[in-house]
Amino acid sequence: MTTDPLSPSGRLPHAFTTPGSSSFVDFLAQHAPDLLPGRRPPLPVGEVPVPHATTIVALTFDGGVVMAGDRRATMGSQIASRDIEKVFPADDYSAVGIAGTAGLAVEVVRLFQLELEHYEKIEGTLLSLDGKANRLSTMIRGNLGLALQGLAVVPLFAGYDLDRGAGRIFSYDVTGGRYEEHQHHSVGSGSVFARGSLKKLWQPGLDAAAAVRVAVEALVDAADDDSATGGPDRSRKIWPVVATVTAAGYLRVGQEALGEVVAQVAADRDAQHARARRDGEDPR
Amino acid sequence: MSMPFYVSPEQLMKDRADYARKGIARGRSVVVLAYDDGIAFATENPSRALHKVSEIYDRIAFAAVGKYNEFENLRVAGVRYADLRGFSYDRRDVNARGLANAYAQTLGTVFTTESKPLEVELVVAEVGDDPATDQIYRLSYDGSVADERDFVVLGGQSDRLREEIAGAWTPGMPLADVLALAVRVLGTPADGAEEDDRRVIPAAQLEVAVLDRTRPRRAFRRLSGVVLEDLLAAGTPTEP
Repeated sequence: MTTDPLSPSGRLPHAFTTPGSSSFVDFLAQHAPDLLPGRRPPLPVGEVPVPHATTIVALTFDGGVVMAGDRRATMGSQIASRDIEKVFPADDYSAVGIAGTAGLAVEVVRLFQLELEHYEKIEGTLLSLDGKANRLSTMIRGNLGLALQGLAVVPLFAGYDLDRGAGRIFSYDVTGGRYEEHQHHSVGSGSVFARGSLKKLWQPGLDAAAAVRVAVEALVDAADDDSATGGPDRSRKIWPVVATVTAAGYLRVGQEALGEVVAQVAADRDAQHARARRDGEDPR
Repeated sequence: MSMPFYVSPEQLMKDRADYARKGIARGRSVVVLAYDDGIAFATENPSRALHKVSEIYDRIAFAAVGKYNEFENLRVAGVRYADLRGFSYDRRDVNARGLANAYAQTLGTVFTTESKPLEVELVVAEVGDDPATDQIYRLSYDGSVADERDFVVLGGQSDRLREEIAGAWTPGMPLADVLALAVRVLGTPADGAEEDDRRVIPAAQLEVAVLDRTRPRRAFRRLSGVVLEDLLAAGTPTEP
């Protein structure tokens, strides 16, 4: 019973009028558990080729946080998508990025967005940033059965804490473990390389523009060494999804502004390599 | 053995309807008016937390009068209904008509099968891309639905307030004018009182919200504080 929520008499069933819960996920678990990603009947163990989403980076700056994700999804050695989007607004003051099984991850994000909006409508107020991070944790934990079969979803959550007036980042493991990260973090197959890059480029007191640049650099570094991470596609003009979350809310960096950042990063790297060749450090 | 008294169905329904009507008439009215960029809701409500007007979904809002616990329960059910529908299909597939039907069935079933009818009157409104596609449904305690146009008044003296609005409302009015009209009408003196008794309700005592069709996704917005005061000051109150 999922498509038509009404009872035979046409009146709203009791699950709808039961007071108490402000959680959409709890309501689904009561009323339509088959709609929850983690509540499907157990599947036989086996390998199915499914698209995987890869690298997400996030870093804090003065007055907020930046999140960025590359645009590639892979299926084995094949590129399944070159323009998938993996960074989403969770609500007005937070962003969620996903790595892992793309289909499940997108579903988890959709449910998470709805969970936050549902709470806001019923309670008339926003959840605290920690509250949001904990809700996501519960949802990832519900997916543990699928994760053990190789269909893991690993999100990265970042938002602007209205009480503290600062950007914060939360990472997760497949068991739903929630860890607060300071300064910067990265998840997905290219995260090792992105993290190295972030470690060198991040510094206290960055402004939003500088932080966007650092995020793009980290993704370019990840794409350099990880085949599952896509760098900026300059011929097709497909740039990473980059978003800032500040006191003013979630804001996706525009295509043109991002194009300029990408061009700058590329120009700097071209110049670096040209210098290296000229100085004879590069045998080419 | 005592025989239960026979009560004719007509009498039974009439008693229930009278009971519900009395409960609803005690509350303060809510007025719902269309304006050029959407639909406005206004009521006298000193509480900042216990709302009579709320958001249900992207383009859909809910307004109610009557017993708070009863309409609050229906509001939450409506949010769950809309969110479930939007999650199983798509956000665009949630519409006011489906929600109004679900409410109508619920109110009707309670009215005929339970010992006490719900003492509520509701409006479910959906803002469209242009004024012609706006939808306003008014639902009564017995489950009857009316598809309304332009403006609706819920609660106590709804017939009198309706006449007041009908004399002054015109299509395509801007928000400030519609709100000025709404506030004027809400201050209408009780039946039989002098016109001089008309009250001017201050902004702090008003609950005002709009479904603004120019907003990208979630059209619902509450208006309060300075924003509301400025709007009320800018509006030209239309004399009926």
